[in-house]
Amino acid sequence: MYKYDGYDHQMLADRVVQFQDQTDRFIAGKLSDAEFLPLRLQNGLYIQRLAPMLRVAVPYGMLSSAQLRKLAFIANHYDKGYAHFTTRQNIQFNWPNLEEVPELLGHLAEVEMHAIQTSGNCIRNTTTDQFAGVAVDELEDSRGYCEIIRQWSTFHPEFAFLPRKFKIAVCGTAVDQAATQVHDIGIYLVPGPEGEVGFRILAGGGLGRTPVIGQEIFEYIEKQHLLTALDAILRVYNREGRRDNKYKARIKILVRETGVEEFRNKVLKEWDLIKDSSLMLTEDEIQRCKSFFTDPAYRELENNPPQLTKYLSQDLLFTNWHQQNVHPHKIKGYAIVTVCFKETGVAPGDVTDIQLQQLAELADEHSFGEIRVSHKQNIVLADVPQDELYTLWKRLKSGAMATHNLGLLTDMICCPGGDFCALANAKSIPIAESIQRTFSDHEELKNIGEVNINISGCMNACGHHHVGNIGILGVDKKGEEFYQVSLGGSSKNSASLGKIIGPSFSQQQIPEVIEKIIAVYKTNREADERFIDTYQRIGMDPFKEIVYAKAD
Amino acid sequence: MQKLIKNGSLTDNHWTILKVASGPEVLQAAPGKSFIVPLQFWKKYQDEIQDYNGNIAVWLDSDERPEQIGERLQKLQLIALNFPLFTDGRSYSNARELRQRFEFKGEIRAIGDVLRDQLYFMSRCGFDAFDLRQDQDPQLCLQAFTDFKTAYQSSIAEPDPLFRRR
Repeated sequence: MYKYDGYDHQMLADRVVQFQDQTDRFIAGKLSDAEFLPLRLQNGLYIQRLAPMLRVAVPYGMLSSAQLRKLAFIANHYDKGYAHFTTRQNIQFNWPNLEEVPELLGHLAEVEMHAIQTSGNCIRNTTTDQFAGVAVDELEDSRGYCEIIRQWSTFHPEFAFLPRKFKIAVCGTAVDQAATQVHDIGIYLVPGPEGEVGFRILAGGGLGRTPVIGQEIFEYIEKQHLLTALDAILRVYNREGRRDNKYKARIKILVRETGVEEFRNKVLKEWDLIKDSSLMLTEDEIQRCKSFFTDPAYRELENNPPQLTKYLSQDLLFTNWHQQNVHPHKIKGYAIVTVCFKETGVAPGDVTDIQLQQLAELADEHSFGEIRVSHKQNIVLADVPQDELYTLWKRLKSGAMATHNLGLLTDMICCPGGDFCALANAKSIPIAESIQRTFSDHEELKNIGEVNINISGCMNACGHHHVGNIGILGVDKKGEEFYQVSLGGSSKNSASLGKIIGPSFSQQQIPEVIEKIIAVYKTNREADERFIDTYQRIGMDPFKEIVYAKAD
Repeated sequence: MQKLIKNGSLTDNHWTILKVASGPEVLQAAPGKSFIVPLQFWKKYQDEIQDYNGNIAVWLDSDERPEQIGERLQKLQLIALNFPLFTDGRSYSNARELRQRFEFKGEIRAIGDVLRDQLYFMSRCGFDAFDLRQDQDPQLCLQAFTDFKTAYQSSIAEPDPLFRRR
């Protein structure tokens, strides 16, 4: 993991003092609501329906056990004993008091954490694949580059007041788990003409009201040009992005209205001016940042040791969990474990202070003291020896963290929705729960196989509904909550946006609608087709016909 | 009370900002003064400006660009960049462009919605004078330049980003 030096620590310490002063001036009435708003947002602080909400940055999803323990302390001390993992690999607290936030930031700073730029019209937390560094299909570990981007974007003086929020994702694996193409900037590590790894850069992707897949700006650039390329894109966006209408202010609208060719030309013109400036990365800096993400002290182990295979033939629950939640690791004898936080009846992504403590212990005992947060609101223990899987599973089970539905229908992405969020049109958590209750049989879930349902309570799309195989969007119809269903979205390499099936449904209808959709899939699927494959082959009509069929 | 910060201290402001709708008669009525004129005025009344016996500077709104000033940009002793609202970040890019691309060595003055909590970022983008909004406490504003002791990016005062120095 990245370790702070004196410079990094100094910046965080200065930030805590600055925000204490800003909060004091706001409380004393010397700073107006409108003037405090962007300051607090750039510190992750929202004023919500019930209380303030603080979003803490988890850079590219990495957390140490010490940080987890601090988060557990904060959940217990400043919140009501829980926290919430978000779709940007961050963590949110829903109940802190405004006056206590600066103090809370002080606690975070002790463990090299902060809430900088987790909201507001600035460059947000950079995200990546939660399997970075351990995936079997990885070209190069993306995390060193994420850290380089984190530093460049933190308190960037020119880009603190962009037209709108700005999100960057980096992907170094063959299978894209980072939803890279629906980010304002999406970066792929790719082999260049001579085989040396560089970057392919897309811009103009995004979800929200107008979902768009990003378009290629740089087909290939060498590593040293990463920051100058980003700087050039951001400068064009900062100057030309629309500021007259917040719904048209994202870079995706600028790229669309300018046309990708012309947008690219503008970026290249800017880039030409700064390409060889001091912002050009040095080999030393690349190596310095990469050096924080080297392999831990792996032992020489065998695949499928008897301590694993023995239990796989004995314990059905363990076998189910192993099948769904354990992925192959690049090192022999190790495995990647995903702890799925999608227990029926618990809001997706919610975790208690006790669970945070337990995760810290488990990370120390079984995974070199580190965890990762995935953008699907789950937790990853990335380096678990296979002969410890059964012990780990039992411990998870006793902490109610052994849900074995990873990647299955009930592993949904879901925003906090109308129960918490001031922006929401409709509730989303009860929708997730009603679907989970309808699909409670694990054998049936396994039979259905890989399908992801993404739920957002409004068109800001925090629940990524556009890229759900099945997307559910809460809408307001004359004061009543309704839900629009879309099919065919995907955030993977062949990213696609879902299409709306037809008129929206009431909350009560949703479980039945999902059942019908799944039934159409099961009737039509061929061989090993996943839901998305069948949909792409047969199209919308068969689904539409059944879902809207009149009862005789 | 003084509302102008220049090079880190409070100072008198001798410059008057002309509104967009102003005509050249303003110059005739006030000989020997110092005016910051809008870009349109600058382009339209070059003759009157040449004849004027006082000082003339130009201000750009956030949707205007330094290149629009034209060839005489380098002759100016001062360029002001407007913040119609403090949340409009375009003038940061204009300041950086003036310093880095045009290598402008004169004064770059922030005008408009200029508030305490943005001064640090402005100064790092190349602003060296700040015409504070009327309600701002100038003493409080003077503290803003040391909000952070260090930064990752380069700035006009520190041309190397931190990664080339650490």
